[in-house]
Amino acid sequence: MTENIINIEHIAKVYTIGDVKVHALSDVSLRIDKNEYVAIMGPSGSGKSTLMNMLGCLDTPSSGVYDFKARNVSLMTDNDLAAIRNKEIGFVFQTFNLLSRSDALHNVELPLIYAGIGSSERKERAKQALISVGLEDRIHHKPNELSGGQRQRVAIARALVTNPAIILADEPTGNLDSKTGEEIMLLFHEIHKKGNTVILVTHEEYIAKHAARIVRLKDGLIEKDELVPNRYIPNITAAVSENQTD
Amino acid sequence: MVRNINLFLFEMKEGFFIALQSIRANKARSFLTMLGIVIGISSVVSMSTAIKGIDNSFQKGISSLGTDVLYLDKWAWFSNVEFWKLRNRKKITMEQYEKFKSLAVLPLAVAPVTNSRQTVKFENSSVENIFLNGSNSDYVKTTNFTFDMGRFYNDIESKASREVAVIGSEISKKLFPRGDALDKTIKIGGISYRIVGVLSEQGSFILGSFNPDNQVFIPIGTIFKHFAGDMFSTITINIRAQSPALVQETKIEAEGVMRKVRGLSAEEENDFSINQQEGLMDNYNKVVGVIQIAGLFITGLSLFVGAIGIMNIMFVSVKERTKEIGVRKAIGAKRRAILGQFLMESATICLMGGLVGLVIAVLLSLVINRFMPTSIQVSAVFTAIGISLLTGVLAGLAPAYTAAKMDPVDALRYE
Repeated sequence: MTENIINIEHIAKVYTIGDVKVHALSDVSLRIDKNEYVAIMGPSGSGKSTLMNMLGCLDTPSSGVYDFKARNVSLMTDNDLAAIRNKEIGFVFQTFNLLSRSDALHNVELPLIYAGIGSSERKERAKQALISVGLEDRIHHKPNELSGGQRQRVAIARALVTNPAIILADEPTGNLDSKTGEEIMLLFHEIHKKGNTVILVTHEEYIAKHAARIVRLKDGLIEKDELVPNRYIPNITAAVSENQTD
Repeated sequence: MVRNINLFLFEMKEGFFIALQSIRANKARSFLTMLGIVIGISSVVSMSTAIKGIDNSFQKGISSLGTDVLYLDKWAWFSNVEFWKLRNRKKITMEQYEKFKSLAVLPLAVAPVTNSRQTVKFENSSVENIFLNGSNSDYVKTTNFTFDMGRFYNDIESKASREVAVIGSEISKKLFPRGDALDKTIKIGGISYRIVGVLSEQGSFILGSFNPDNQVFIPIGTIFKHFAGDMFSTITINIRAQSPALVQETKIEAEGVMRKVRGLSAEEENDFSINQQEGLMDNYNKVVGVIQIAGLFITGLSLFVGAIGIMNIMFVSVKERTKEIGVRKAIGAKRRAILGQFLMESATICLMGGLVGLVIAVLLSLVINRFMPTSIQVSAVFTAIGISLLTGVLAGLAPAYTAAKMDPVDALRYE
């Protein structure tokens, strides 16, 4: 029996823009269990981003039920949502979204600050997270002193540092060249292998193929929810050697 | 609970850290914004130290008048009676003083006083526009005089109208810088006087031209003898009560006795006034109260303008960092943390501005002190710090609230 993390039943999201009601999500039901590797795909306007915001507890549905680890998120207050995001969800964004004035260590420490964890433990955990993404020699570099791939690694370390229930990555390779993108996908592969739950939001078939399961959205509905038969496993040795020549 | 306090402290620390970072990142902008607070705080503090300084000096000066002394005079210090009515009052004479003294039983001491503006000379130096007072040896009993040197003239000198003088500390300082005034001969109006005493410093009386340290006392007979004329036609009778508690009774008795001495019938109004320090104090407090309120209001306005500058720049800062706010919210910052962050930032800017303003105010008050007394209070320092913090928090409140209630989805999408 696998542990259920996300259980969505018939959620909808309606935005009112002026007098027009826009159904970003019409009727979506989805279940994601522990240690799954799911890609959410869809063209723009499919409701992909809205679903991601919902899964990431950045937004609440207009109707339907969203249970996160058996807790009803739909009814939560802003502060409760913030607490869930802090402890249970690790975000990885396309544009990295690091704080430009802070070094890598402080960026990774940030979620722990908001979790109220003491300075020495915080620094140690942040350091470990940076080591786990291969940035032990970049700890005190600021984002503008890092390459795109390295910045995304800092962002991944920041996502991992709280040991969240899910890693939610929104087009994580969108701003990277294909080689660096592949390295990042390898990192996600490893993170998943360690027992983490990874949710990937992308519009690229090639990236989605890294996941074990693909959920395809169209016009606010789930068009297809399928397992990937020929899953793409990143070439570890190639990626590692590339990483070393970096 | 402990955990919550810890969390709060972390957030405060993080807020402070972010504040310093952002001030460093926008040096010119922060400096200009701070300038408003610097000017505001320095003017408020300078104003309050100046007011306090004037107040201290006045209190010191007025205490030389004594709370237990009544001044029986033809003139009223404060009155609604028309000037001409006062002018038409009959003068108070030495004979009336003698009669009054023999009839009044409550006073500790009663002394006649008359005065004139004169110039006092010693060899080649002189002090102009001093108060030359004539009285008798009882005068010293109506005051709290202490002496740096010598004594007050005695009864014999007084009755014989001798040319002896007691001088104030400032005159002594000016004419005898080496402090050897005693037994020297000074000249006032061409007549020589021997100095028998030098008074201790009593403090300057900043409002008005009266300075208690700038006086010379000679026997009243001597002043009549050498400065005869209309200006000495009336005298003031200084009456000292036995204790401050008896001032009121002494005043009532003095009124009755003086009416008798002046031969007033029951239906006639008093043709004299009994003045006392209390009245002076009330009037002073009224005047200074107005100055204080007006001064603090005007300087407070400059602080207010500074606060508006802070508020403005905080709105800009929030707008600029919309994306950052989104990121912080996404990784779990609660509203309170964002609110705290921006409040901390504006409070830090204000506090820095306040401290600079305080330093400027202190330097300024040292300069002003050369012209008029100022008094830097320890409380003013804390008040300045408190006010600048409060200004920062109040000015930051609206921008910080805007930041705190941002929707994380919109904030993250903001470019």
